[in-house]
Amino acid sequence: MKEKMKAKKSFNSNTILLLITIVLFMVLYAGGCIAYGSKGFTHFQTFLNILITNAGLICVACGMTCVMLTGGIDISVGALIAMDCMMLAVGMSKGIGAVPMVAIVLLVGVVFGFVQGFLVGYLEIQPFIVSMAGMFFCRGMTAVICTDQVSITEKINATFYKWANTKVTIPFGGYVNNKGKYMVPYVRPGVIVALIVLILIFIMLRYTKFGRSLYAVGGSAQSAAMMGLNVKRIKMGAYMLSSILCSVGGVCYCLNTMAGSVTRALGLEMDAISSAVIGGTLLTGGVGNVIGSFFGVLINGTISSIVKTNGKLASSWPNILTAALLFIFIVIQSVFGALRARKK
Amino acid sequence: MKENAILEMKAIDKVFPGVLALQGVDFTLCAGEIHALMGENGAGKSTLIKVLTGVYSKDGGQIYLKGYDKPVIIRSPQEAQKMGISTVYQEITLCPNLSVAENMYIGRGEGVRVNWKKINEKADAILKSLDIPAKATQQLSSCSIAVQQMVAIARAVDMDCKVLILDEPTSSLDEQEVAKLFKLMRDLKERGVGIIFVTHFLDQVYEVCDKITVLRDGRLVGEYEIKDLPRVQLVSKMLGKELDDLSDISGEHKKFQAEPNTPPVFEAVGLQSDAGIKPFDFYIQKGEVNGFTGLLGSGRSECVRAIFGADRVLGGTVKKDGNAIKIAKPIDAMRNGIGYLPEDRKVDGIVGELSVRENIILALQVLKGFFKPFSRAEAARFADEYIKLLDIKTASADTPIKSLSGGNQQKVILARWLLTHPEYLILDEPTRGIDVGTKVDIQKLVLKLASEGMSITFISSETDEMLRTCSRMVVMRDRAVVGELTDDDLTQGKIMSTIAGGEKKDE
Repeated sequence: MKEKMKAKKSFNSNTILLLITIVLFMVLYAGGCIAYGSKGFTHFQTFLNILITNAGLICVACGMTCVMLTGGIDISVGALIAMDCMMLAVGMSKGIGAVPMVAIVLLVGVVFGFVQGFLVGYLEIQPFIVSMAGMFFCRGMTAVICTDQVSITEKINATFYKWANTKVTIPFGGYVNNKGKYMVPYVRPGVIVALIVLILIFIMLRYTKFGRSLYAVGGSAQSAAMMGLNVKRIKMGAYMLSSILCSVGGVCYCLNTMAGSVTRALGLEMDAISSAVIGGTLLTGGVGNVIGSFFGVLINGTISSIVKTNGKLASSWPNILTAALLFIFIVIQSVFGALRARKK
Repeated sequence: MKENAILEMKAIDKVFPGVLALQGVDFTLCAGEIHALMGENGAGKSTLIKVLTGVYSKDGGQIYLKGYDKPVIIRSPQEAQKMGISTVYQEITLCPNLSVAENMYIGRGEGVRVNWKKINEKADAILKSLDIPAKATQQLSSCSIAVQQMVAIARAVDMDCKVLILDEPTSSLDEQEVAKLFKLMRDLKERGVGIIFVTHFLDQVYEVCDKITVLRDGRLVGEYEIKDLPRVQLVSKMLGKELDDLSDISGEHKKFQAEPNTPPVFEAVGLQSDAGIKPFDFYIQKGEVNGFTGLLGSGRSECVRAIFGADRVLGGTVKKDGNAIKIAKPIDAMRNGIGYLPEDRKVDGIVGELSVRENIILALQVLKGFFKPFSRAEAARFADEYIKLLDIKTASADTPIKSLSGGNQQKVILARWLLTHPEYLILDEPTRGIDVGTKVDIQKLVLKLASEGMSITFISSETDEMLRTCSRMVVMRDRAVVGELTDDDLTQGKIMSTIAGGEKKDE
């Protein structure tokens, strides 16, 4: 009987972290609605805009969560997105079609992830160092491809332009603007891609052997090996997945910004990591969920959105708020960790 | 193969650089038998287990398994598992962040999908049939260590294991948990599983085992039915001393006489730490050499660690010259004139990258405070003095300590503590892994220091050594003090019978 009680409690402490994240998002958003309701914050479209802006980040955060579950980290993602954007922009301005270019970008993601994964998994080099090298490589290659900002216009590639400007309308939640016109809420194709990625990764982590292996490796790599898992291959898989999802995210990101430049997506890897941490993923591995990371991204997005809507706050405020949130979450996590340790 | 045997290891050899870890060891396990594998540290128990589970490759001999015509070759723990040999280690080798059911099924079977419903049902059925108090959906870290161990066993059972190796499974369990584990072991025995049980708890061996195989120094001493081998004989076989020889090795040391009417230099009353030892009393007089003896894991080191404040003290008092003092951390002990030479010098003792000189002055520097460093000349003088005094063989005082031999490293650490001029010095296994000459040097030094008025506690796995140096010995068994021997009682035979406990009549 006692064992059962304990089981229930402990099961909850992981879900509690997720719940806190979701509640926090709702509180933040509600706060935004109350404070800036007059500036249109209450419109459904505001929420959809957060998704549109962060579609790429959602994909990246999913990959980052998988890597962090194994106890690793991948800080190359921001630079890889910059390289992806630059490749798309330059490639299409040289006359290559949109579909082949996207395929090339995804293929680069596979190869890049394979190399990083091999170094981390099979050669057992510190993931921080490997992905830092990857980061410098991608940033450098971006400049090698082109040092100027290259925009993707309708003239350069009509297909890609059409993708970017497609509105996927949503049949509810519209509003009448001050000119008396009914505004139909919409998202961009990138959001659809990001949500599909999110659902796929959620299913993978929950219901496939590979997904569960990521948790096992993060829980205890030595035990995982003793139980017959191929730890090296699993680690490599995680880094490949991260780079592939990052490339998918890169395409989404490019659809939103329609330009490539050397300074594109600076610090995006940190946004992805902070989203995952706020979403309850432990840096030590073994605990976490993409749903949490998704809400982590939304929280970051909401903060930016609030600051933007206010209009008077300096643009550095989102950073400070994110820092405060991260701090709170790390404290909560360590409190839970300490409570669990004491129970034993 | 013998009838009913499920595993036969024949003439197993294993060589490590410079050491014959196993020499022609035979081992036979029958179905439905619990077989204890006994031996002191370095006897080759774990090497034999590692050969059997494919962690090490053997250098000679054959392993026969029931159901295989030819001798089998086991290359990895995974291969061993496939052949039906599963191991449950002292440290849990499961993933604490996964559920109980996942821990039983991960890494097995084909396919991509995890069928939660199926594995939860199967796991619950097995847990129920083995009477393990856990639920399939429970997170493993929420189970007690004992239940986690049982889950590991359940995993092995479900993988259809024929040979189950339990490597020190009881060292972190309390008595009730041990009882539960034993019940499970007996259940498995009924099902025809052969169990190899490695432990250092004698009581537990006599409680559950059917047979005992004793190893010593990498060789087989023998295989015995449990009923044919009384405890005292088991201990003597493990230590390698025949009972008859024992009585005439009495110490050559002078009898220690405490000065009358003076309180002991240090005294501990009801001392207890978080390392799991039962509360114990202890005292030491000025100029006395005493020792803690007992088998490996009986709590010798834990006692002195409690006195030194190296483990967290849970209760009891320590008195110095009759006045109570508070020792919460090692630095408190050092300020009260206690020095402690730890058991594992590689982990707790040397700072490998630093020079001999820096290692020598370390403890004194800590006492003085890190913000008042010694001048180089001062440090060099201290170092040279002790390098000479203890005859430490090093190229210079600037040589990194890790390049010295084990014996000389030990001397450096000894020098470190002597430099602080302690009133009471605790030496935990100071002679382990060092050559005979240095051993004798250290023993002589201990007696000399004591004659100069230092109180010393000397702990060693080698009873001869302790008999030669100690005038009083505290005997430990299963983490409790079970006796104290002085004067004429200080003989191998008496020590062994006290360690073995229980069957006094067999003496």
